[in-house]
Formats: sequence, C-alpha cells, structure tokens
Amino acid sequence: MNSLPPVFCKKITFDCGIFGKEDKTLADTILQMKSITKEFPGVKALDNVNLEVERGEIHALIGENGAGKSTLMNVLSGTYPVGSYTGEIYYEGELCQFKTLKDSEEKGIVIIHQELALIPLLTIGENMFLGNEIRKKSGSIDWDRTFNEAEKHMKQVGLNESAQTLIKDIGTGKQQLVEIAKAFAKNVKLLILDEPTSSLNDEDAKMLLDLLISFKEEGLTSIIITHKLNEIIYCADKATIIRDGATIETLVKGVDEFSEDRIIKGMVGRALDDRYPEREHKVSDEISLEVKNWTVHHPLYPDKVVDNNISFKAHKGEVVGFSGLQGAGRTELAMSIFGKSYGTGISGKVFVNGKEVKMNSPKDAIKQGVAYVTEDRKTNGLILGESIRFNTSLAALDKISGNGVIDRNLEQNAAEQMTEEMGTKTPTVNQMIGNLSGGNQQKALLGKWMFTEPDILILDEPTRGIDVGAKYDIYCLINSMVEKGKTVIMISSEMPELLGMCDRIYVMNEGELVAELDAKEATQEAIMASIIRSSK
Amino acid sequence: MANETKTKSGISVSDFFSKYTMIIALVAVFILFYFLTEGRLLLPQNMSNLLIQNGYVFVMACGMLLCILTGGNIDLSVGSVICMVGGVAAVMITNKDMNPILSIVVCLLIGLLAGVWQGFWIGYVRIPPFITTLGGMFIFRGIGRLILDSKTIAVQNETFLNIFMKYIKIPGLDDGDFLITPMIVGVLAAVFVIFSTVLGRAKKAKKGYRQNNIIADYGKAIAIAAVILFYCTKLSQYKGISIMLVWVVVICLIYHFITSKTVLGRYFYAVGGNEKATKLSGIDTNKVYFIAYANMGLLAGLCGLLCLARVGSANGSTGTSFEMDAIGSCFIGGASAYGGSGSIPGAIIGALLLGVINMGMSIMGIGDSWQYVVKGAVLLIAVIFDVVSSRKKGR
Repeated sequence: MNSLPPVFCKKITFDCGIFGKEDKTLADTILQMKSITKEFPGVKALDNVNLEVERGEIHALIGENGAGKSTLMNVLSGTYPVGSYTGEIYYEGELCQFKTLKDSEEKGIVIIHQELALIPLLTIGENMFLGNEIRKKSGSIDWDRTFNEAEKHMKQVGLNESAQTLIKDIGTGKQQLVEIAKAFAKNVKLLILDEPTSSLNDEDAKMLLDLLISFKEEGLTSIIITHKLNEIIYCADKATIIRDGATIETLVKGVDEFSEDRIIKGMVGRALDDRYPEREHKVSDEISLEVKNWTVHHPLYPDKVVDNNISFKAHKGEVVGFSGLQGAGRTELAMSIFGKSYGTGISGKVFVNGKEVKMNSPKDAIKQGVAYVTEDRKTNGLILGESIRFNTSLAALDKISGNGVIDRNLEQNAAEQMTEEMGTKTPTVNQMIGNLSGGNQQKALLGKWMFTEPDILILDEPTRGIDVGAKYDIYCLINSMVEKGKTVIMISSEMPELLGMCDRIYVMNEGELVAELDAKEATQEAIMASIIRSSK
Repeated sequence: MANETKTKSGISVSDFFSKYTMIIALVAVFILFYFLTEGRLLLPQNMSNLLIQNGYVFVMACGMLLCILTGGNIDLSVGSVICMVGGVAAVMITNKDMNPILSIVVCLLIGLLAGVWQGFWIGYVRIPPFITTLGGMFIFRGIGRLILDSKTIAVQNETFLNIFMKYIKIPGLDDGDFLITPMIVGVLAAVFVIFSTVLGRAKKAKKGYRQNNIIADYGKAIAIAAVILFYCTKLSQYKGISIMLVWVVVICLIYHFITSKTVLGRYFYAVGGNEKATKLSGIDTNKVYFIAYANMGLLAGLCGLLCLARVGSANGSTGTSFEMDAIGSCFIGGASAYGGSGSIPGAIIGALLLGVINMGMSIMGIGDSWQYVVKGAVLLIAVIFDVVSSRKKGR
C-alpha cells in the first residue's frame, strides 16, 4: 500500500491539498481494517486480513467462494459484533467497535446483501424506512413524509416508480435500486455491495455500475464484492484479492497491471502441493452414470431455466468434477438427478450402468445405488438434534430392521462401524450430532450415505467449511471409493481440490455445461477462463 | 462437564436429575397432595379412578404425540371428533337399537375417516395443521350436534358398556373383599419387566454389543415392577381391573412400541428433526404427516367410545377442550414444541401429573376454576423449564 493512487481521486486530492504527504494518507483513508482474524468453530475464516479503502473510490473485493469476503464485510458491518473477532477497524480515523448492524449504519456504513432484504408484500416506501420509521410527534408513522422522502431518494438512484408500489411488482433490477435508495435514506457514506449484479441481466447490471460511477464522482465510497471480473475492470479503482481468509494483494488501476488474467492469477495463485493423497488412476471403460439432455426449471419461477440441456457421463472408478461459480446450476443438476429433489419441468434421460432409469423420488435414487451428499449439511443433510446412530441409519433403515421393527443393537453396530470407517471423532455414536465439529459432522454425513452402499456417490462441496486435516481424510475416502470401482461425482468451488482429486472436470456456468477438461491438463486459469468467456 | 462426579459407567447425579425431571416432579406432586389430602389420595378408590377417569387423555396423548413429533403440530379437532363419534354411537345403539359391535366398528371408521380427511389436506396439500384442524374442530362439532339433534342421549346397552367399562372378576378367585386377579396380573407384569431386562442384557452380552449401565438397567426395572405391584394391590382393594384400564394400557404399549422400536416411529422423529434432510434420505414425508393425523382421528374415535361408555351419555358439548388435555400432557412430558423429540412414557407422565393435580384438588374441595389456573401454570412451568435447561445444555 505504499503507492498512492493519484489518478482516480483527483477531486479529493485537491480538497485535501493542504495536508502534507504523510497526513494525506490518513485524511484520504476512509476505512482501515487491521489484522482482522475471525474464527468459527474448527475453521479460521479470516486470518490477519488488512483492508484499506480511500474516500471516493470504488474498491473491489475478490476471491473464490469461501475465501472470506462476506465474512470480512460482516465483521465490518457489525453483523459479527466486536469481540467475536480480533483486529481493529478504523473508520474516518476513529476506532470502531460495532455491536450491531445498527451501530455501523449510524456511521454511514451500509451493506447490501446478495439476497435482497426486502419484504415483497410491503411498498417501496415502507421497505426503505423499515426499522427506521419517520414518526410524527404523537408517535404514529408519518406516511406522507415517508413516501415523500422515499421518492426523493428514489430519484437519486434514477428509479421512477411510486413509493407506494409493492416490492413484488417491480423487477429485481429495480429492487436492487430500492436497496441503494434505502442506503441513501440512511445517509450512506460507505456503501458495500455483495454480488450486486448476480441476479441482474446485462443491461440492468451496466446501469447499476454506471450509477455507482456517478455516485463516486459525487464523493461516495463503495466496496463491491463480485465474481464478474469484467465488471471490476469496468468500474473499480482498486481490487483487493482475498484467498483462504488472507489478503493476497491490492491491485491499483493505472499503477499495477489491471486485467482479468492478472486478477485470476491472484485469485487462484496458490501452488498445488501434496494436500491431495495419491491414487492410481484406473478409470474403467464402463459407464456407470450417463445423463442426456437434462433440463431443469426453477421450482418457484417455472419459466426460468436452471440447467439447460446438460449431457455428461461418468465411468466406474472415476472421480468426475463439476466446477463453476455459485449459481452455475451444479447443485440443482445433482439434486434434480437425485430423485427430482429440486426443480420443476425436469426433462432428459438418466442411464445407470447402461440402463435407462426413472428416479422420481430420493427413494428410487437410493435403490439405484445413487447417493447425494448435500452441500448444506445443516439444513439438508443431518438431523442435528439426533444422535450419530439415528442419522447414520436414516437413509437405509431397511438394513437394520425386520418387518418394520428396528433392531437397536444392529443399528448401534452399524453406526459404530461407519464412524470407524469414516474416522469420525466422537465418544460414542449416541452423541448428538449437532455437538460435533464441522469436519466430524461432514464425516458422519458421509457415513450415513456410505451406509446405503452407493455405486455412484455425488458429493456436493464435500469439504466446505472444514479444516485441512478433515479435508485430507475425506479425500482418502474418495480415493478408496473409486479404488473399489465405484463412481464419485464431486461438485466443488475450490478449483485446486478438483484439479488434485478428479480424473475429468466439467465446467458449468449460468446453467450450461461450458467445458470438459482432462484433469491432468487442466489448470485453474483454464477453468476460470472458460467460465468468464461464457459469461454473457 | 469436568467437575461433575461421574461414575465409571457415565451416570452422574445431575444426569439422573435432568433425565428423570418429570418423574421426580410427579413423585413430588404426589407426595404433596398425599399430605394435603391427609392421605386420601392413596385410597384404593381414588387410585383406581385416577387411571379410569383420565383414560381418554392417555389414549389421545398417544395420537397427539405423533402429531407433535412431526414439528410441534397439534390437532385441535380431537374433542369435536369425540363428540361426533359419541353422538353416532349413542344414536346407533340407543335410538336405532343396532348391534353394539357393529356400531363400534362403524364409529372407529368414522373417526379414522375424519383423520384421513385432515391428514390429506395437511400431508398432501400442505394446509397448515393448525388451520386444518381448527376447521375440523368446527365441522365435526357441528356434525356431532346435528346427529344428536341438540339432545342428550343415554346409552344403557349392556354389551356396549361391558366392552369398555366392566370390572374383571373371576368367580372363585375374586369373591372376597381382597381381589386376587389384580395381584396375579401385577406379579406377572412385574416378573415380565424384570425378566425382559435380564434377557435383553444377556442377548447384548452374547452378541458383544455395548451394555447399558447395570445399576441403571435394573434400577429402572425394579422401580417399574414396584409401581405396578403397588398399583395392583390398590386395585385389589377396590373393584379390580376395569376393561377401560386394559384398553388404555394396551394402547399405550402399542404406541410406545411404534415410536421407540419401529421404522414408522423413526419417521416421525426424523420429520420433526429436519424435514428436508428426511426427504433427501428417501422418506415420503407427506405420508408421515398423513399417517400422524389419520391415526389421531382413529384414536379420537376410540376416545369417543371410551367417554360415552364412562359417562353413559353423549350431548353437544361432550369432549369440549379435551384436545387441550392431550396437548398439555405431551408438552409437560417433554415433547418439543418444535417437533422431533418426545416419548410416550413422557406423555403418560404428563397426563398423570395433570390427573393427580386434578384429583388432589377435587379431594380437597377446590373448585374447577382454580384447577384451570394450576393446570395452566404447571404446563407453562414445565415447558419453560424444558426450554431453559436445553438451552443451557446446547451452548
């Protein structure tokens, strides 16, 4: 951070001209986050992160999924209160200790999340002043002023609607504008946008970015988190890259090389060391799973295509990877294949061991020897209030029961066997699964599905949020699966993991299969490039 | 954790207390009312009536527990189904002079049908249970009144009453003041409890499975056996075993077996614990809801008959707010208001607790109004205690 960027802060540089060179650094810096470290049980989400943002710039924060961008912003906004992390935050030169979101908003720091926090059945005006209502002296809400103020701020962001329109009646693009107008209503000085364009079409996205640029000229500082590198090149003045919970570097437009390739290199730049156990690659010629022309529509918006005409195959003894960004449609693809657990209007064919099968429920899928280990073990995978034993047998109760009566002893033994095979660390299998660490929960979840004795194991983000040691154990389990001639399909947002573990990698983007790569020849740059080139 | 005095077997004093809180509370309430009523609570007549008067609560609680397990869902229509079924039975038996056995079968089917109706909307159309059963509460109450034509109809048919209310007396054995049959049954049951514990441990030992703590296992068996023997000596001194009691015990045992030992029972806990994960484990969660409510209808039908037999008549307000006793019993017995946990023994203890409070206060001559206040307070305290203690344990 030695080189100060005079290029994009001209206006401000003039304003601050009276300060000396040393002082100018201080005066120009609106936000400074110093050695922020945040730990979750079992995981270090942020490790000594530093971030410096200057007044009146657009600062991009980039990194892979799970790199820690959102965590950092939650620390900043007070969603994670002071004390739950270590490190210091200086804002406008003073040390900040936010306990709640409200504290940071009072200072003018407003965060707009990826999932919009608007209430569909309330009006734009009501949403904008929710929790911040304008009151008359009597204490009742002053609706006239509310709607008047709302429309004033809506004009600022170029939104021509009545403030009494319901949120559900305007499109996502306009909803995003409402969020920004809401931020203005809170007197925003530092605006943080988490993936603001992920749900917008190109036109709306460009409009939003132009709006940000025009705000910048008026002196507003923004931090933008995005995966879309072209947007960063288009609007950002600086880009800070975060990887594995640590800041890697800050690139400055006009000073450093500021290109997509350069940013990609920063994002994925870690070397592949032996974090992946060796395996003899013996892929059989026999195809175990083949999917043809698979199309899935969104369950709530049946017009929206989530997966478009996807065909792929997997062999016995093969680890097939699926790479892509969040929202690429990988989880949806896997879940829709696994007994139509996601989506509507599903069409296409699935062949298991060469025979076409219809899997209309998870039960059918389990019968066909398919297992799907969810990315979201807490909501979709485990019953946290129950024991390991209860969870282990749940998907294969037939195996431990006769005539519908459960043999408790058989169940106990089965659970003990699976915990041993998976290496789950627990005093007994009667331990409540919610009390285990993330890594052990993941192993228990794997144990549950291994107990169904699958031939085709679909792992969705199998190592998300768990520590390196547990990751290694899970990689070993994957290897032992394929060595037995079974098939593993691995969905992961961690590209090194896919490169280290897979035989073949499919790349998905925006609901389409955009590339198929041999893992031996694939590189992270190649994967990223194929994603970015296919982005519309 | 660290400074608790754990024995080798892993049972500490605080574990014991947290596991058997409600039993301890029940015993405490029992002792309290024993003194407050100057010992009259333990008179054979009162002890016998304790289970017979509350028989319908036990049966309803078994069904209600399944509904609550699926996610804290309750069935508000139970009291109205009782009224409707009781009305049909009274009209069929008294007014139309039909075969009582046939009437019973028809009535159980009507109860089941009411349950199927609600289970369909709740399970397959996903109408919220509260609303569906609130609708059912009005609908079935109305139908019940229509059938009874706003009158009170008495039932005096011997066969019908014998099926539910008769006291079992074996000539030759039970001729004296002290009845022998209850004692024989009591001894057999006590021996069975202890014998099955021994057998269970032997089986585990043979197959090399992990054993439970030996003191805990036998302590529990001996305590249960002692309670059974004690209760049976009371029955021996007053009229003996009534068929009503047999119905109640059999229903409770069946549902305890279902919830604790069968795959079906497992489904209720799984759905209440995490429905999404359960669905992805290949379980038809719609069907689980359906079964819970269909079953509740069937048991409500049975309760309608039990109540009719006990009271001897049915009218338009029969069964009013009975569902609340069942719901209260389940929650007092430790069922979670969010679903996924709870047990039949717990619900039975909850029902007993309410029953003892009712009876104790009645003996003391305290009016209905106060009984409501105390019942409500007990329910609230039990659930507050449960929530707070599980919060402490969870963090």
